[in-house]
Order: sequence, then structure tokens, then C-alpha cells
Amino acid sequence: MPHDHSLDHDQDHTDLPSDLELRVKALESLLLEKGLVNPDTLNTIIDTYENRVGPRNGVHVVAKAWTDPKFKAALMNDPTAAVASLGYTGRQGEHLNVVENTAQVHNLVVCTLCSCYPWTVLGLPPVWYKSAPYRSRAVSEPRAVLQEFGTELDAGVCVRVWDSTSEMRYLVLPLRPQGTEHWSEQQLQQLVSRNSMIGVEPARSPEAVENTSS
Amino acid sequence: MNGGHDLGGKQGLGPIDPEPETQEPVFHEEWERRVFALTLATGMLGHWNIDQSRHARERQHPADYLHHSYYENWLVGVEKLLTESGLLDKDAHSHGLRIPDPPAAGKIMSSGGPTAMDADKPPAFRVGDSVRLGKIHIQTHTRAPSYAQGSTGKVVTHHGCHVFPDRNAQGNHVGEHLYSVRFRAEELWGCDAEKFDVLIDLWEPYLQALDET
Repeated sequence: MPHDHSLDHDQDHTDLPSDLELRVKALESLLLEKGLVNPDTLNTIIDTYENRVGPRNGVHVVAKAWTDPKFKAALMNDPTAAVASLGYTGRQGEHLNVVENTAQVHNLVVCTLCSCYPWTVLGLPPVWYKSAPYRSRAVSEPRAVLQEFGTELDAGVCVRVWDSTSEMRYLVLPLRPQGTEHWSEQQLQQLVSRNSMIGVEPARSPEAVENTSS
Repeated sequence: MNGGHDLGGKQGLGPIDPEPETQEPVFHEEWERRVFALTLATGMLGHWNIDQSRHARERQHPADYLHHSYYENWLVGVEKLLTESGLLDKDAHSHGLRIPDPPAAGKIMSSGGPTAMDADKPPAFRVGDSVRLGKIHIQTHTRAPSYAQGSTGKVVTHHGCHVFPDRNAQGNHVGEHLYSVRFRAEELWGCDAEKFDVLIDLWEPYLQALDET
């Protein structure tokens, strides 16, 4: 279907719908007319991934792993089952792997071929994760990529980049920040960012959270 | 195929420029929401599988693939799948198609589609084996990324037998043993590269045994 690229990418602030919007509307109308999609189902799908499945699931998993040694052992032994035990199952999370950051090892997740991402624990991926710059560079210059997120690793830390080429989905278990020994699971949840579970940033520091809440 | 999607190690694509995590919405435009939902909803009719869906997005001129935004590539893909599968020529009622209602769709989303299969042969490789990712220069769908083809690595995990995408994209639902293989950065990019490892999930037919001697 030929179309004018320049129109699609114009950020002009007119009320006229773009070619792209019209093309999507036309497709949706056709599918509805033929009865090939149920309009309520479309809303359910959008609601599921916009409001119900998201990084808060992963935040729960990580904070629990930091505070509950039995859960942590189960998570490392059979990640899919351990995550399912918290109620998180489904598409793009059928085969989970958890890779643990330590003082010596830092893990980073990418999908160079498309946008594979653990939906059940992180929701839909951010734009940058699906972008050509991240997908091309994460496997060839990960430390430079981390620096663009403000993440500097000690020279001695071993970086492992996981290219999600199969249906295995990778979740990074970030290093628990120092000075949080007496924090509860609930408190620790504030420190777990989505980006820390992809591996582009460490978990938030206790100071960072205290500064934003004060 | 190594089209515009096969991006590992490509240069000149610019900085990452991430949107701050706390400010990024799930969808940026209403049409993105619609494309996402239409893709999932029509996919639930079972006329194509995930590898055919990926291949439909890949089968574009690389310049178009790279120029398009993410959900534009999804739109190109779903348009192609709907026309090529003949689904768009059908009418749900007269063809007796069962269209998932919200509870049925909810069930599909929360159960997913596991790809593990029973193996009909033992694995050819063991953890610790040295292997080479072969040259997979085919026009059809593959999940062997071009940047690691010809490089040597070590098997670190055997994941069992999983649906083999190269055949699944052709409509053949067969399993092959799947491994995580670790490649040293200098093997992939030369001795001037940063020091790190890349781990790639690779199916047995992609891999060649290396003589340890």
C-alpha cells in the first residue's frame, strides 16, 4: 500500500487525521464490518496492556526475591513457575529466565531482531527498547549504551548481554541497594524501576527515593 | 532473511535518547492502540503463528522498515497477514468463524502460547561444548542474527526442545533443541571491542560442533 512517508512523521498540530490514522481506521472498519473482530475484545486487549499488565508485576517479583529467600530460590530454580505463583502468567512470559546482577556481573537484555520482552512482568516495552539505536548497539558497545542511561560500571564488572532471539524471556534481578537491610518488601518496591529490570540502570538508591518523597 | 530488522552491531543509527521512565505512556497515539489491539485480536483467529507474524514485518525494503515507527511496522505486518491468509476476503458469519469475545480473549492472553515441545532425539550438544553459529543466508525467516554468524561460542544452557522458528514461519510446527550460547565480544567485534559477553538463544540446526583439539 503506497503512502507518503513525509506525512506520517509530520508532527504538525492540525486537526486533520494523518494518512496513517486513516489507514488504521479503514482497516478497523473493514474488520468490524466483516465481523472478524469483536469491538469489546479490542477494548479488553488495550485495557489489559495499558492498565493491568505492567512493570509493577516485575517490581513485586524483585522486591519479594530480595526479602524472601525461599521465593528467591524458587525464582532462580524455575522462574516461570515462581512468577506464576504470584499470579503473573500469559503471552510473552511463557518461558521466563531470571538473570541476577551481582557485584561482579551486570546483565542487560535486548532483542536485536524485533522487540521480544517479558510482557507478563514488565508490560509492553518502551519506545527506546524497540528502537534501532538500542537494538544495534546493546550487543556491540553495551558500556557506551549504559552510559547514555547514566549508568557507569566499575571496569572489573563483567557485562553479559542477553539477545532474546527465542521465546525465552529475560528479567534482570537487580542488585539490592546498600543501606536497605531493614527495609520491608513494600518499601523496597519503590527502588525497583522498569529500567533496572531490563538492566540499563541499577535499582534506585534509598537516597533518591527519600529525596523525591520529601 | 537479514533485512532491516537484523540490527545487531549495525552502526550509524544514532543515540538512544530514552524518554524518562516515569513520563513514558504505554501508547503515544490512539492509532498505536488500535494497531496493537487489531494485531492481537486477528492473531487470535489462528490463521498465522508468531513467526509468520514476525516475518510479515521483516518482509519490507530495509529502508522502509527503518524509516517506519514501531507500530507502523506492525500495521504493515497485519495488513500483509490479513490479505495473504485470505482472512480479509472472509465474512465471519458466513464462514462460521468463531471470534473471541472478551472472556475468551482474556483466557488466550493469560495462558499464552508455550513453545516447549517433546524432543524426538537427544540433544547434540552439552553445556560447555564449543560451537560455531553457521552461515544462515536464507531468504526466509530465521532467528540466527547475522552479527554472530560464523562466530564461535560456548553452550551455557540447554533449554530443551522448542518450536523451530525457521520452519514455523513456513507453517511447519516442528521442535528443535534450543541452547543459550555465550560469545566473547572480541570474537564478535575484534580485539578493540569493549570486554563483555553476548548470550544468544540458538536452535540446534544453526550450530556446528567444533573440534576441541
